[in-house]
Amino acid sequence: MTTRSAEHGSFTVTRTYPVPPERVFAAWSTQEAKARWFGAPGTTGYELDFRVGGAEVNRGGPSGGPVYTYEATYRDIVSDTRIVYDYVMKRDDSLISVSVTTVEFVAAPSGTTLTFTEQGVFLDGGDTPAIREKGTGELLDALGDALA
Amino acid sequence: MLKYQSVDEVFRALGDPTRRDLVERLGDGPATVSQLASPLDMSLSAVVQHLAVLESCGIVRSEKSGRTRTCRLEPVGLHLAEDWFAGQRAQWERRLDRLGEVLADAVTAEQTSPPSPTRGA
Repeated sequence: MTTRSAEHGSFTVTRTYPVPPERVFAAWSTQEAKARWFGAPGTTGYELDFRVGGAEVNRGGPSGGPVYTYEATYRDIVSDTRIVYDYVMKRDDSLISVSVTTVEFVAAPSGTTLTFTEQGVFLDGGDTPAIREKGTGELLDALGDALA
Repeated sequence: MLKYQSVDEVFRALGDPTRRDLVERLGDGPATVSQLASPLDMSLSAVVQHLAVLESCGIVRSEKSGRTRTCRLEPVGLHLAEDWFAGQRAQWERRLDRLGEVLADAVTAEQTSPPSPTRGA
């Protein structure tokens, strides 16, 4: 039985890297470069078509368990400056979430400050408690931020 | 099976500043009841009652060993949407750290090898 619900959330992660914006941007703009840091263990398929309207797909999950699918569409690309995409996350055929992500690259004295902002809606409790497979340790690490 | 009413309980439990303080300090690691009570200006039994509220909605778990009761966070209580967004955030923290390592490796490779005629991405 599915309990219908829609819960909203957002978060921002900021990092400063000691290289200019074009170098940081480049790591997001080709499948080969992005696969070096984006992929998760257990990922079975990753595709990136980096252009406005282009798709990004990432599939994976525990062996013998559900398949999690990430499907993004790029909406705005400003070279070395900004990337906006929306994405859905599915567990097998169930929709878990729909989000908008904005990645901003700003030149800083020491390199580049990257600001990653995600705004989303989490649907029907993810349809399953298996969401907690994401790992208790990670959640504990994030708990302080979530409560701040 | 997780129920939405438990989310309401979680929010009620965290609506109290003393209980938020207890949860925040338990975020640093497990602690005994007396360690949790020592900086607070209230009786030990009042602290025990606050911990009981947190335990009843699944935020905190405790174990008694001899005369000492040790409390720890039980993240199952903060489930569903909170877990989801916290998990997404944690994943992006890791990803962006990995991106930093990849960028640093590229810089190191450039510095330790002869300059190449073209600068790749």
